[in-house]
Amino acid sequence: MAYVDSVRTIYQTELKGLKEAGLFKEERYIHSPQAADIEVEFPAGSSARRVINMCANNYLGLSSHPEVVKAAHAGLDVRGYGMSSVRFICGTQDIHRQLENKLTEFLGTEDTLLFPSCMDANAGVFEAVLSEQDVMIADRLVHASIVDGMRLCKAMQDTFKHSDMSHLEEKLQEHQDKRFRIVITDGVFSMDGDIAKLDQIVALADRYNAMVFVDDSHASGFIGKTGRGTHEHCGVFGKMDIITTTLGKALGGASGGCVSGRRELVEMCRQRARPYLFSNTVAPVIVAGAIKVLDLISHSTERRDKLEWNTVYWRKRLTEAGFDLKEGESPIVPVMLYNAKLAQDVARDLFYEGIYAVGFFFPVVPKGQARIRTQLSAAHEKEHLDRAADAFIKIGKKYDILGKGKKEIIEKYGM
Amino acid sequence: MDEITKVVLDYVVKEYIEDGDDREITPDTPLISGGIVDSFSMVSLKRFLEKKYQIQIPDADATPEAFDSVKSIVALLARFKKN
Repeated sequence: MAYVDSVRTIYQTELKGLKEAGLFKEERYIHSPQAADIEVEFPAGSSARRVINMCANNYLGLSSHPEVVKAAHAGLDVRGYGMSSVRFICGTQDIHRQLENKLTEFLGTEDTLLFPSCMDANAGVFEAVLSEQDVMIADRLVHASIVDGMRLCKAMQDTFKHSDMSHLEEKLQEHQDKRFRIVITDGVFSMDGDIAKLDQIVALADRYNAMVFVDDSHASGFIGKTGRGTHEHCGVFGKMDIITTTLGKALGGASGGCVSGRRELVEMCRQRARPYLFSNTVAPVIVAGAIKVLDLISHSTERRDKLEWNTVYWRKRLTEAGFDLKEGESPIVPVMLYNAKLAQDVARDLFYEGIYAVGFFFPVVPKGQARIRTQLSAAHEKEHLDRAADAFIKIGKKYDILGKGKKEIIEKYGM
Repeated sequence: MDEITKVVLDYVVKEYIEDGDDREITPDTPLISGGIVDSFSMVSLKRFLEKKYQIQIPDADATPEAFDSVKSIVALLARFKKN
């Protein structure tokens, strides 16, 4: 079938519908490396504006760190640009295995397998290790990539209310007839920034004979006293059966992810996980950079300590100013606005004040839960946070939302 | 309210409404289009109905539209219970 006008019209109508519903996503062109200060061209065609970045996953500020860049350059020089192969044909270099071993040690597991992304790790892992005889019991707010991975797997799917341990216990009791039960959760939930109750999940898993899976993409490198992740934070380091995580956030921010965990489960992924088997190996330049990242953060907690300080300071400034924040300890700090249009208007005004932060609304978050998700970085200095807080306060005053809670904001702007 | 409507409504409230959420759920409340139940979580509802009423609801019939309110779920049940 040719791409005739009637076909084109259908897509154009669909795209127009997305625009009218306020769901159309537009990219903003950044003319600088990822950092606390970036140069952003928005709208497209305008001259680039220097803004403070409050929405990157660059938690440790390592995305453009000179030592990481230097190590990546060296990797490029000594191991080349690409491998032109999947891992199991001729795409595994010594440095791939070296990085996997370093991740295993860092995460406190038995073995690790690299994937092109954590999205791919989540898409492949369940199908590789579970069958029709098993059940997957997931927190209802897990990341979309986990939902996709579960849909690709033949095991029974079930869910429990977000971080509701009594509901999880009911589900574990209900599924005692299955061969394997696996409890699935994010470590840090990306939209709310809250931390999974992994200690209680592990206790329930022990009681009801279940495995535990955690996606620690928004935790690896900085949550826990030495930054190992949610399991360290919750006192259950070494007890995870499967961890998936990304190199695309705190750990250098380039790309790549992994499945790390029990030796046999990782080996099942090496044998069966389709995104591992059928996509290209992680490029040598990224592997070399990631090895340097792990060396840096394994020897010093300075960066995660600074991130922790920044998070506390940012929360304090916004709370004192009267913003309605989601409670939490992670560097994801959602500023609640409830109304989708208000979230977009505030984000736009902040941009013109030199602050880059993004509004999130349905369907990314539930209806009536619109917000601006701010994210802290160890690359932020106190001056960045003061300038950003001053801009938030200026815009907060403009919309008369300071000191107002959920009920009052909804009364003023609607859901 | 008839018995089946009450059973389904009670299950929906218990399974999907978070503690502290004071929304009132009636047989007409939109569940999926209203953002109360997402398609990811819908599977437990389908399984509950199949077990409780000893029926099989084919995936083709377990659409978001058919599960969008307690009323539409009861209508779906009536269809399969008859068959």
